[in-house]
Amino acid sequence: MSAVVATKTARLVEAEGLAKTFDVSAPWLNRVVERKPRQFVHAVDDVAFAIARGTTLALVGESGCGKSTVARLLVGLYPPTRGRVVFDGVDITGPGRTNTVRRRMQMIFQDPYASLNPRWKVQDIVAEPLREHGFAEGRSGAANDRRLADRVAELLSSVGLAAADAEKFPHQFSGGQRQRISIARALATEPEFLVCDEPTSALDVSVQAQVLNIMKDLQTRQGLTYLFISHNLAVVRHVSDQVGVMYLGRIVEIAAKAHLFTTPRHPYTRMLLDAIPDIHMSGRARTPVQGEVPNPLHPPAGCAFNPRCPFANERCRVERPALLPAGAVRVACHAVEEGRI
Amino acid sequence: MADPLLDVRHLRVEFPTRRGTLLALDDISFSIAPGEILGVVGESGAGKSLTGASIIGLLDPPGRIAAGEIRFDGRRIDNLPYEEMRRVRGRSIGAIFQDPLTSLDPLYTVGQQLVETIQTHLAVGAAEARRRAVRLLEETGIPAAEERLDQYPHQFSGGMRQRVVIALALAGEPKLIVADEPTTALDVSIQAQIISLLRRLCKEHGAAVMLVTHDMGVIAETCDRVAVMYAGRVVEIGPVGAVIHSPAHPYTVGLMGSIPAMDEDRGRLLQIDGAMPRLTAIPTGCAFNPRCPRAFDRCLVERPDLLPAGATEAACWLHAAPLRAAA
Repeated sequence: MSAVVATKTARLVEAEGLAKTFDVSAPWLNRVVERKPRQFVHAVDDVAFAIARGTTLALVGESGCGKSTVARLLVGLYPPTRGRVVFDGVDITGPGRTNTVRRRMQMIFQDPYASLNPRWKVQDIVAEPLREHGFAEGRSGAANDRRLADRVAELLSSVGLAAADAEKFPHQFSGGQRQRISIARALATEPEFLVCDEPTSALDVSVQAQVLNIMKDLQTRQGLTYLFISHNLAVVRHVSDQVGVMYLGRIVEIAAKAHLFTTPRHPYTRMLLDAIPDIHMSGRARTPVQGEVPNPLHPPAGCAFNPRCPFANERCRVERPALLPAGAVRVACHAVEEGRI
Repeated sequence: MADPLLDVRHLRVEFPTRRGTLLALDDISFSIAPGEILGVVGESGAGKSLTGASIIGLLDPPGRIAAGEIRFDGRRIDNLPYEEMRRVRGRSIGAIFQDPLTSLDPLYTVGQQLVETIQTHLAVGAAEARRRAVRLLEETGIPAAEERLDQYPHQFSGGMRQRVVIALALAGEPKLIVADEPTTALDVSIQAQIISLLRRLCKEHGAAVMLVTHDMGVIAETCDRVAVMYAGRVVEIGPVGAVIHSPAHPYTVGLMGSIPAMDEDRGRLLQIDGAMPRLTAIPTGCAFNPRCPRAFDRCLVERPDLLPAGATEAACWLHAAPLRAAA
């Protein structure tokens, strides 16, 4: 499977046929006694995309659609079951993941309360990746410390915090400020690629705006490339260049932002867009799509969306649609392919 | 409004602590008309949930109502003894909470919980109660209601559980439902289903709703009026359209501007610098003054009450009539 989305500039990150299967079987004894088979969840299946340098790809979808698993596969927190990740032309799924590559990609997590060590000062938290990647090696202790402190102060001010904050502990900060510390830590090694897994979901809207603005400013200033995971389509619309919509472990539609939000093709994308409460019109009549996301242990045959899809026919119930080009976008839908919608 | 169903006047809730008394709600006043949907919106810690808890009489100790009164249907309910309040709660005022898993008892079937609730509040026999339970589940859109009645909460998905919780809230045929973040734990497609369900059922049953949420989109789609809270005070209250399209309080303006919009491209989001003050350190004067771009002398010393500001009411000195300011 070759790379998928046509891009004008060089691709920094590419995922090819990425898949991750988790073994969720009952313990051995239970399987023997109760005669249960082994069970697997296909959390991510055949996901492919490319992110151009300096742009943002957003992955959206509902809980359990596999978007966070994709994030973790990219940064190497999970080894993929199949497929590969290519970073700047190098396959990093196997031994290609050197420390140099690790330095060039960093991650920001959802929960700013769980992702910072409460016993460490901000100075130590932000300096950890610097120490880990040998930023200040080969100097005497004092010179080393001073250099680290200078760099931490610089990083903190780049995310709108004061240099003096380095002496504080995480509990002295609010949620939004903690998320800034996470960003400062992620930026410490001067990465080119940041994976942001729901970075603002735990924040209030006014604080979310502060964090999103910082992320945008950093992208403009440092030319960062983002993979932005979110369930909030309005946020995605604000930050992204390209959007991938995921459903039950697969990308069902991937398109440039302008296309996805103005002319969504896949029925699931349409449903998601329609489901967002519209802030500008109260009392807008709408008919929410019925049904819920199926259990990923027993996904429906054919297209995973077919039980909820108003356009499903016999073919959708037996044959899984592939992600095919449809105009300027790529859609995995028989109805779109056949021109029914 | 001639006869409000719920009338909250100068409500003040305090939490005595070892380091002094925290003022969690400060002089809250609003009312809800019969059948009206009032949204209460604000950021974490603004006091939205606390307002809801005070109304249904479920304030966690040591929190206490220190001043003001809550009238429901003309009757004062904030000082009722526990047993009497128990009869009001569920019968006259229903409640829906954020997490549908913790609002249901995992050891009883959904049917047992519904039947118990119905029989507690209404004088009906067991067979009739069960019939009503089935009807409520059907009304909330649960397929195969008859069989689902004998299942346990863990056999329901999150969205289905929230439907059960709505059925429970409606079981006593209340006139008011306090819904505290009813869709926050749900995915966006399920959220849309639950919101339209809540709106339809309350209309059919003639129940008024106090909808507590931090999601302005949900408010816009659901509510008739909205109250915006900040640091334990109502800073703006008015019809939904007016508050969203022409907010009068600088905090509401900032709040609306900080929400990424679906229908327009904004280069940068409007941002309110800083964060909401902690209850231990609420500034003197207007609580919003350190973050307010338009604060002036008076804001630093004197706390504003709700003042008429166009179509809404806002607690902001910008809207003080010059005459009154002089007086």
